[in-house]
Amino acid sequence: MTSAENLRAFKRDGRIVVVGASLAGLRAAETLRDEGFTGSLTMIGDELGEPYDRPPLSKQVLTGWVPADGTKLPRRREIDAEWLLGVPAGGLDLKTNQVRLADGREIPFDRVLIATGVRARPWFVESEAALDGVFVVRTREHAEGLRRALAAGPRRVLVIGAGFTGSEIASVCRERDIPVTVAELAAAPLVGALGAMIGEVAADMQRAHGVDLKCGVKVTRLEGDAQGRFRRAHFDDGTTIDADVAVVALGGIRNTEWLRDSGLAAGVWGIACDTGCRALTLDGLITDDIFVAGDVARCPNPVYEYRLISLEHWANAVEQAEVAAHNMVSAQADRWPHLSLPVFWSIQFGVNIKSVGVPTFADEVVVTQGSVPDHRFVAAYGYRGRVTAAVSFDNAKWLDHYRQLIETAAPFPPPCPTPDQPADMKPVPVDFPGPALLAQGATVVVTGHDPGERRVTAAQQHHR
Amino acid sequence: MRVVVDLSRCQGYAQCAFLAPDAFRMHGEEALMYDPNPDDVQREQVLRAAAACPLQAILVDRLEGRQAPAEVSPS
Repeated sequence: MTSAENLRAFKRDGRIVVVGASLAGLRAAETLRDEGFTGSLTMIGDELGEPYDRPPLSKQVLTGWVPADGTKLPRRREIDAEWLLGVPAGGLDLKTNQVRLADGREIPFDRVLIATGVRARPWFVESEAALDGVFVVRTREHAEGLRRALAAGPRRVLVIGAGFTGSEIASVCRERDIPVTVAELAAAPLVGALGAMIGEVAADMQRAHGVDLKCGVKVTRLEGDAQGRFRRAHFDDGTTIDADVAVVALGGIRNTEWLRDSGLAAGVWGIACDTGCRALTLDGLITDDIFVAGDVARCPNPVYEYRLISLEHWANAVEQAEVAAHNMVSAQADRWPHLSLPVFWSIQFGVNIKSVGVPTFADEVVVTQGSVPDHRFVAAYGYRGRVTAAVSFDNAKWLDHYRQLIETAAPFPPPCPTPDQPADMKPVPVDFPGPALLAQGATVVVTGHDPGERRVTAAQQHHR
Repeated sequence: MRVVVDLSRCQGYAQCAFLAPDAFRMHGEEALMYDPNPDDVQREQVLRAAAACPLQAILVDRLEGRQAPAEVSPS
């Protein structure tokens, strides 16, 4: 058979398995059907129920406007799939092309899409994480639990971690007039993602809205009462704070453990793939039938020196899923590269924060338009004299302009495109937290001498 | 009815908040908050809002009426 005949036969009665039944998995399944795949389609997901949208969980759901089970994703079309829900995948066998479920069932495939995403990083002491009143927010059950706790009128809420999710939750608390303390290890909120200058703006916003913001501190212990209810948090500077609710917002852990023995380049950073969303093996070989999309994918971006980048962004999940699905049912010459620039948003304290590009890929940052004190401005990020990212506070209409600057490697600092040029338009060092705060160590070891023997093996990884 | 807004596209023009104020609300000057599951009585308003969005960022379920849950069989 020619490869064209093979592809036709595969599109007609092949078997595709999608592991991960959330945003990326669902959009990929819809795209597969849109592109004429009529074979069998199996959706595997560890959560029960239909795919739902997560961004409202830390916003509309917590304010009490929208019920936690009211964010099911709208469908673009029917996908005629078999759904295997409530059981996570436990392994992937590249030799026999099978996904093994945690309950032992084996699901054969011709091609598989991995979209297992991210889960919330739990509090590091299990017994403390289990206290009544200690929450993470990732699933709708988490959000429903926290919504109830907020509705009960806690004396104080402690948010641990001032990234985007933690800041959004603090914002909801203030909206509901609940006293809130935010504890952040870095010098300001959002610095890990956006750098020190924007971090200061975020800190101002939090304090102006009555958040008790503690930066440069570490929570060392969560203390419960005799009934197992969270009551008090201890900090590394010896101080304590009394609160009824603690929200652990320390980011996510990529769901890659189930691939540990698969031979894929999967680890704490995600699953490495090419721009066509095909997974790499540990040895760096490209696979033909294994595709990756969404938060768990780690994909090279030519704009950023082909570095492998993993993104926990809504739009990236959708776009990467569409590219992966298209490529799963296309011939080599018809495949697409996933090249879109990252776009991100966060709504907090009544301000719309958006970014385009990769702000951490920068050495300098400059406010290019608007007014920082008014919390309405755009800041551009530059790396070695070219624009690599931009962040807007209540100025989203300008981001497309900056997207073009990034895509054309425009010189940094860029000129102000509007008459509202800031008084002091001077680039400053971007100042991200050092590697000590972010690094997670080596993940692989190379073995063997002859070209036919050399292999990479995964070092055992431990989450901090 | 099910709705999702691609907020990475949304630029805060607020057309939706004007046309379907029970489902779409501005939070501050530019940020949009919305109800992902507005009541069916708002259907016409929500469809009008989706059609009017300058960025075409509002997706309304295309399976309305023949609901998808039938496809989901937890096993």
